[in-house]
Amino acid sequence: MTSFVLNGKSVQVDVDPATPLLWVLRESFGLTGTKYGCGMALCGACTVHLDGEAIRSCVAPLARVEGKHVKTIEGLSNDLSHPLQKAWIEIDVPQCGYCQSGQIMSAAVLLSKIAKPTDTDIDEAMSGNICRCGTYPRIRRAIHRAAELADGKTAATNERSGDVPTTEVAR
Amino acid sequence: MSAQATLDRRAFLKTGAAAGGGLVIAFYVPALSAQEQKPKPEVIAPFAYIKIASDEKVTIVANHSEMGQGVYTSLPMLLNEELEADWSKIRVEAAPVDAIYNHPIFGIQMTGGSTTTAAEWDHYRKLGAAGRMVLVEAAAQKWNVPASSCHVEKGFVIHAATSRKASYGSLVDAASKLAVPADIPLKEPKNFTLIGKPTRRLDTPPKTNGTAQFGLDVVVPGMMTAVIARCPVLGGKVLGFDATEAQQVPGVKAVLQVPTGVAVMAEGFWPAKLGRDKLKVKWDEGDNASLSTTKMLSDFSAQSASPGAIAKKVGDPQSAMASASKKIVAEYDVPYLAHAMMEPLNCVVDLKDDSCEIWTGTQFETVDRANAAKAAGLSPEKVKINTTLLGGGFGRRANPASDFVVEAVQVAKVAKAPVKVVWTREDDMQGGWYRPMWHDRFAAGLDASGNPIAWTHTIVGQSIMAGTLFESFGIKNGIDSASVEGAADILYGIPNLQVDLHSPKIGVPVQWWRSVGHSHTGFSVEAFLDEVAHAGGKDPYQLRQNLLSKQPRMLAVLNLAAQKAGWGKPLARGVGRGIATHFSFDSYVAQVIDASVEKDGSVRVHRVVCAVDCGRVVNPDTVKAQMEGGINFGLTAALKTEITFENGRVQQSNFNDYPMLRMFEAPIIEVFIVPSEEKPTGVGEPSVPPVAPALTNAIFAATGKRIRRLPIRASDLVEKRGANS
Repeated sequence: MTSFVLNGKSVQVDVDPATPLLWVLRESFGLTGTKYGCGMALCGACTVHLDGEAIRSCVAPLARVEGKHVKTIEGLSNDLSHPLQKAWIEIDVPQCGYCQSGQIMSAAVLLSKIAKPTDTDIDEAMSGNICRCGTYPRIRRAIHRAAELADGKTAATNERSGDVPTTEVAR
Repeated sequence: MSAQATLDRRAFLKTGAAAGGGLVIAFYVPALSAQEQKPKPEVIAPFAYIKIASDEKVTIVANHSEMGQGVYTSLPMLLNEELEADWSKIRVEAAPVDAIYNHPIFGIQMTGGSTTTAAEWDHYRKLGAAGRMVLVEAAAQKWNVPASSCHVEKGFVIHAATSRKASYGSLVDAASKLAVPADIPLKEPKNFTLIGKPTRRLDTPPKTNGTAQFGLDVVVPGMMTAVIARCPVLGGKVLGFDATEAQQVPGVKAVLQVPTGVAVMAEGFWPAKLGRDKLKVKWDEGDNASLSTTKMLSDFSAQSASPGAIAKKVGDPQSAMASASKKIVAEYDVPYLAHAMMEPLNCVVDLKDDSCEIWTGTQFETVDRANAAKAAGLSPEKVKINTTLLGGGFGRRANPASDFVVEAVQVAKVAKAPVKVVWTREDDMQGGWYRPMWHDRFAAGLDASGNPIAWTHTIVGQSIMAGTLFESFGIKNGIDSASVEGAADILYGIPNLQVDLHSPKIGVPVQWWRSVGHSHTGFSVEAFLDEVAHAGGKDPYQLRQNLLSKQPRMLAVLNLAAQKAGWGKPLARGVGRGIATHFSFDSYVAQVIDASVEKDGSVRVHRVVCAVDCGRVVNPDTVKAQMEGGINFGLTAALKTEITFENGRVQQSNFNDYPMLRMFEAPIIEVFIVPSEEKPTGVGEPSVPPVAPALTNAIFAATGKRIRRLPIRASDLVEKRGANS
């Protein structure tokens, strides 16, 4: 029996403690927002928080979380109110969306440590998360935007570093 | 493959070139009734697509799958432009499989070819308009007033003269009993209120809180998870297996042979995978056991030395070549590529004696249903497919053999329980159905002024259509049009031209991959044209301008990209600028890339400027997103990935050896959309083809080194850096 705190609630689970946390979250707790992408900590789709740090749950055995706090995308907010979720929606970051839980969870740890990350900070924190649809420019914009939202700036701004949102459109 | 072979014999399809060169195919699947397989764009059935609840929530049924390209927003936009329900009340659901949801051009239910908006442009607007007209008629009858005296506003029918209003939800029962009018007039574009306006995607909120449901997330009561041992050589068969150790893994319930290998069934993924990894299987490796990329490379090059089947001939290229002042030749190579969607393949099947229910992310509902029915031994109408969100598609989930669906049905048949088949990343990467490997041999003859007067292009690569149910009608006179698209229909005005094709038969299953044939012709044609420009002493942008003088839409796109990029202006030391255009899926794209090469040969892409003319735009932000995404997708192919074979085995397995572009490598991308009142054309794929050539042309500008083989290798740049090739 493994005991830990999952999204703020104490839980117990009777699964082989060598099982990767990813599959326990998905199959024992039904928290399918955390995704399987590679099984080797190469893509970041399975990123969750372990005591506030970003970990790849596909290679973290269940035993590792005994007595610790785990947060998944489902625990980020219950009403899309996290600044990252607001920014992701404002900028329409996702395409297929499969990697985005992991992207957001990695970004959440970045913002918890660096309130106003630079592009270099974003490169360092986010380069473990692959997006096959290539939404990187928008992820970058949305992290900057979330930092602004967290800082109380609600009005949308146009120019941010690393972002050239110039588009000419018909009508 | 038996289901496929049977379909092949019984199936036929029509094929023809669409205006502008895009491939238009109508598929007919005789496993379905004649009534079902008929494309019916002329039948407007609004309430098959619009569900209005008593709480005024409006559900719009999407007959195309959402794989990131934004159709779960653009289709409702088209429909609601005419329906005029309250946009905040709109939701979307995937269509079941039914002929009423067929693709208006292709005649089966499917998503692909960058065609959703083009195909549904009239259809979805007419659905919305028809729905509005009968709702108005229902209100008019209720109030006993002429329909023409009523108008609609945000989900209400209003009779202004008597200040009466009725909600769509209160009228829908009566409206659905009324005949749909024969004449369904549509708004003038100048009156659009939704189309053309940047509109937030409806699927973003569930994609930011973990609630979006993909195939892998589906749970069916009593379901087991299966992970399958497949032959390491594609097409190999099981000779025998020892499951002793696999069966000792706690949680493993059964180990069963299936046509594709050995399935380990367990109560969850992890025991199933552990069990699968402990299986000892003896394989008959079959005909592909000696596949070797090295050998294929030399075979392809040797084949390209003589012309193949003629795909296109203009003027007299041989004579023109003989009379040219200067002649240049070059050979280009691109590898097999895996689609590598972030969500590995998976499929849930609940098979009963007289029914089969399937949950999966698919682009190919009608074909999957026919193939699944055959595998299950049921008639197609007994098979129900629930299309989930797709964690990426890129063509892989439109499989002519329905490989991942049929296999899951076969597993369910022996498992006698609901089953979810999950492919590991390695299974997905090594499971075949790749973008074909291609070799392109060019020759160009230049006149004394440096203008190209002769152009020959010999293409070598596997046909995607060959060996599928599309073969007999998809290949004409030895030419698979998907092999030569983007080469036989180039827009450049070269007076003497020949494009020919060799289609070697190789046992690697191949498939459409985002931008299909354009994914190799875009690269080779535009890189070789750059060579022609340099050989003739011309600026690559100006040469393209000259050759596009009779192609106003492409010329406008080219000029816009060049102007926005600042073509001709000085660049930072070490930075080169490259340009490329490509016409695909009836859309015009030009890109300018700034790049540099580090001392270790690694490439840095600084900036990509992209101009696109895709006709009238439905959701500008989606067009921009697809350009951005396609560019990064194209950069991964240009810089990083290849599938290679040795001793019949795929050499790559996961993102360590099939690496993706990552955040720190992603360039600044600027997208410019040319305003257009032409009909909408493709958006999902056309930004991919010009990326690789714009990049390699930039590398040439920076280093003098011509890249003729993808992916770009640091070793190709570090050795001869600075030397002209």
